Amino acid sequence: MSLTPPDAGSVADGTAHHEPIEDAWLVIPLFNEASVLREVITEARKTFPHVVCVDDASTDGSGVAAREVGAAVVTHPFNLGQGAALQTGIDYVLQTTDAQYVVTFDADGQHRVEDAAAMVRRAREEDVAIVFGSRFLDGRTKPGLLRRIILKGAVWITNQQTGLRLSDAHNGLRVIRRDAAQGLHLAQNRMAHATEIVLQLSRTKLPWVEHPVLIVYTDYSRAKGQSLINSVNILIDTIIK
Amino acid sequence: MLDQPLIKVILLVGIVGVTVLLTRSTAGVRHQAVRRLLLVGFVLLAAMAILFPPLLTQVARFVGVGRGADLLLYGLTITFLGYVAASYRRMRQLEQQNTILARQLALNHAVHEARHRPKDS
Repeated sequence: MSLTPPDAGSVADGTAHHEPIEDAWLVIPLFNEASVLREVITEARKTFPHVVCVDDASTDGSGVAAREVGAAVVTHPFNLGQGAALQTGIDYVLQTTDAQYVVTFDADGQHRVEDAAAMVRRAREEDVAIVFGSRFLDGRTKPGLLRRIILKGAVWITNQQTGLRLSDAHNGLRVIRRDAAQGLHLAQNRMAHATEIVLQLSRTKLPWVEHPVLIVYTDYSRAKGQSLINSVNILIDTIIK
Repeated sequence: MLDQPLIKVILLVGIVGVTVLLTRSTAGVRHQAVRRLLLVGFVLLAAMAILFPPLLTQVARFVGVGRGADLLLYGLTITFLGYVAASYRRMRQLEQQNTILARQLALNHAVHEARHRPKDS
């Protein structure tokens, strides 16, 4: 494996140093994220040595950048959408490794590695198959009023469709145990996959919990994130299959 | 609301039919047969309408529409919606197949690469 340079500087930010988590793989969909992803992956690999990036036909060299910082890279021949990229990453982990856990993670730096690590520990300790990250279990994440209303609407619709009682449906940070991941066959290539993933996981009838996470809204993630008008598309994709 | 009930019922049933088409599971041979029968019916009706124009108007009067041309327009609208629904479904199917193919290709490539990398370094 490639060498990660030892850095003395990051101890000061209060990140507790746990043992690297060997039986979990991070799945990170990439689409033109080259400007931030080196830092995100380098940081993540201190805790999660195993990272697979699905390069969804980026045009800015994201795939090469991810390879350079030690991630496995699967490259789509053309752009298929984030849902399709997630499914590809999950298939990669299931087919080529015997990892117990798949962690879906964003390349734009809005997810925190320590949240992901805590979620894997919780899945192990409480013996649950699915840990959904939720930004609404505590008051730390500040999404802004309009975003909050739309996210809450999405939660309501997802709960109606799936019968689960989630507090946050469109959170990209999830820990999925191998047996639950095997029940995933995402067909919604575009953004409606967030609802579809919850629906298919609920059908596995495996035990799940929600875990409070902090989403870091940076200017970059805000610009990359779904525009609010796109929620119309998500809604219609969710209803008309 | 309740004037011309017959044509309203027919048109509404047509719209419901299109909606059902949109949400139904993948259709097979039967679907194709039905579509072909409809096409034959359509050709016959079109020929009749051309050969005997007053017939169309009589049918229109019978279902409560003034002119044959209006009936034609309504029929066309429903047919168009049906076409949109059918081609949307077809497009989704193709997109799905495309995705599965592309994914398999990407995975094969990645696995192949992973096997050969240790030998290189």
